[in-house]
Amino acid sequence: MKYLRRRLIHGVLLLVGVSVLCFLLSDLAPGSFFDEMKLNPQISSDTIAALRSQYGLDQSLPVRYSRWVKSAFRGEFGYSFAYNSPVRGLLALRARNTLFLTTLATGLAWLIAVPLGVWTAGHPGKWVDRVSMGGTSLLLSVPELVLVLGLLYVVIRTHALPVGGMMSTGFEQLGPWEKVWDLVLHLVVPVSTLTLASLPILVRHVRASMIEVLGTPFMQSGRAHGIGNMRLLFRHALPAAANPLISLFGLSVGGLLSGSLLVEVITGWPGLGPLLLESSMSRDLYVVIGIVMSSTLFMIFGSLLADLMLVVADPRVRVE
Amino acid sequence: MLSSMTRSTTSGRKMIAVSVLLALVHLAILFAGFLAPADPAAQNRDFPFAPPSPLHFIDARGHLHLRPFIYLWTARPDSFNEYEESREREYPVQFFVAGTGYKIAGLFPSHTHLFGVEGPARIFMIGTDNYGRDQFSRILYGGQISVAAGLLATVISLALGSLIGCISGFYGKWIDESAMRLAELFLVFPWLYLLFAVRAFLPLHISPTQTFLLLITVIGTIGWARPARLVRGIVLSAKNQAYVAASRGFGASDVHLMRRHILPHTYGVLLTQAALLVPQYVLAEVTLSFFGLGLSEPNPSWGGLLATLQQYNVLVSYWWMFAPALALVVVSLGYLSVANAFHERLQSVSS
Repeated sequence: MKYLRRRLIHGVLLLVGVSVLCFLLSDLAPGSFFDEMKLNPQISSDTIAALRSQYGLDQSLPVRYSRWVKSAFRGEFGYSFAYNSPVRGLLALRARNTLFLTTLATGLAWLIAVPLGVWTAGHPGKWVDRVSMGGTSLLLSVPELVLVLGLLYVVIRTHALPVGGMMSTGFEQLGPWEKVWDLVLHLVVPVSTLTLASLPILVRHVRASMIEVLGTPFMQSGRAHGIGNMRLLFRHALPAAANPLISLFGLSVGGLLSGSLLVEVITGWPGLGPLLLESSMSRDLYVVIGIVMSSTLFMIFGSLLADLMLVVADPRVRVE
Repeated sequence: MLSSMTRSTTSGRKMIAVSVLLALVHLAILFAGFLAPADPAAQNRDFPFAPPSPLHFIDARGHLHLRPFIYLWTARPDSFNEYEESREREYPVQFFVAGTGYKIAGLFPSHTHLFGVEGPARIFMIGTDNYGRDQFSRILYGGQISVAAGLLATVISLALGSLIGCISGFYGKWIDESAMRLAELFLVFPWLYLLFAVRAFLPLHISPTQTFLLLITVIGTIGWARPARLVRGIVLSAKNQAYVAASRGFGASDVHLMRRHILPHTYGVLLTQAALLVPQYVLAEVTLSFFGLGLSEPNPSWGGLLATLQQYNVLVSYWWMFAPALALVVVSLGYLSVANAFHERLQSVSS
């Protein structure tokens, strides 16, 4: 427990560090959101100056930072210049869409990876193992970008699925089941890309840590006691191999908010990814900072979760 | 025993094949000017999205030619970006032809190209893009940017990482503590987000050279944490070796100890890291350029070339626009296999 408390404090410090880093970087940058307006002859420089002071951009860095911290405690996380609304509301909706997508994909990837990794570790050199090793090494070297473009090519070519965004036009007119079905159809491309992209690493880790356990004497004695193969693999070997996998799971959870940026942008999924790209381009400062902060928060949450799970799963950790 | 031996020889043979392929790709990229028949920025407004020129050996009259030839593409009347070969005249493929000037490996001016055809025909090995620019030439030149970005960013990352890792492992105490906290900060940061955020805070309209330098600096700097941690671990175990203590006893300075006795231990790990980082950083550059945050037109980079695929009609209509993706996959596959081989070698040496 003392360990967990230390990790928690650590996480908070990390968040503070990231926010300071963000503000320092933003101060280094020449130009701001309102520079674009200077090009417009209809907007006077007084208006721009007024806007700048309204959003507090004329203040010094420490003042801006303290204001932002106060606003963060109010739950606003600053104001978006482009949307003229608190950052949090903006992020909440987008983050929900992102989480929906990534939770599905990550869950699916783990559901495939664990049985596959366990099975291939138990039967090394058999055809399933060879196919899985070949497949994962191929997938490892095909970048997500290429994967999603390839999938889109196939899907658009065959007219198999609707493409782009989260729902079809006229979504509102559909019945409840049709709505669900429409959503599912739109999910196929992004979810399968994300799943395929994260699968090879997961499968390989599961297999590697299982192989390590399968080589230990207690496995041999289990076999000598006549425990069946499947029971031995899943009931005895898998829990013993779980520790590194739990850490990996923590990483997976931590990446839920940030792992799908590229896929979201390309498939037009209305998540955090397109928002980050858009706000990066237009220098919507607080939105960028908000997104970076929330994804960091998730990262920290993921590693804390992994620690907690380790405590629950492994009595040895509790003693230490 | 026997099976492990045979496996190692087959994987050895595979490794040689992969290394040769990787070397060929790098040579092709280095000598892009010589291999590419056209200037990467030269537009042919009459041939947008022309498909690859097929090589022929038998002409319209049924005669066999020993030298392959191509036909001139002409736009099909009343169509949109569709072409047919006009069979009136054959344009034989010639070797070592004079063409637009370039610099061999960026140093020696030349205008000899490996192959080409007489005008007005143009040879498009892998078709053309929306401005009728030769895709083959653009991939070769684009590799110069993308692969160079990967290599240079890797050098930056490893240099920074081993410097910080070495100092932090060697001196320990608060230096180590603070460096490793900072490393943690960089590790939890999702790298693509960080790249985007940093790019957001930097000026968008600057010269291509500046952008390129900026890109590799940003990409390289962000990745210092992992190599630093690895190096630190090795330094920690190496600095307690008896011969290091002996050398210190003979009055060796800290710098000498690190350079002569400690850093050599890290070379294996650094090499493996390098092979892992290069494809990752090539991909980072490609991703940024793909989203328009990298080098701008008309400079070719693999990401920029792929960016046209963001339009769904281009994606489905012109398959040759996928060619840069293939180049990207070949480079990643090559480097990852090399990294794997290094890793296995390291493990077998240590065990």
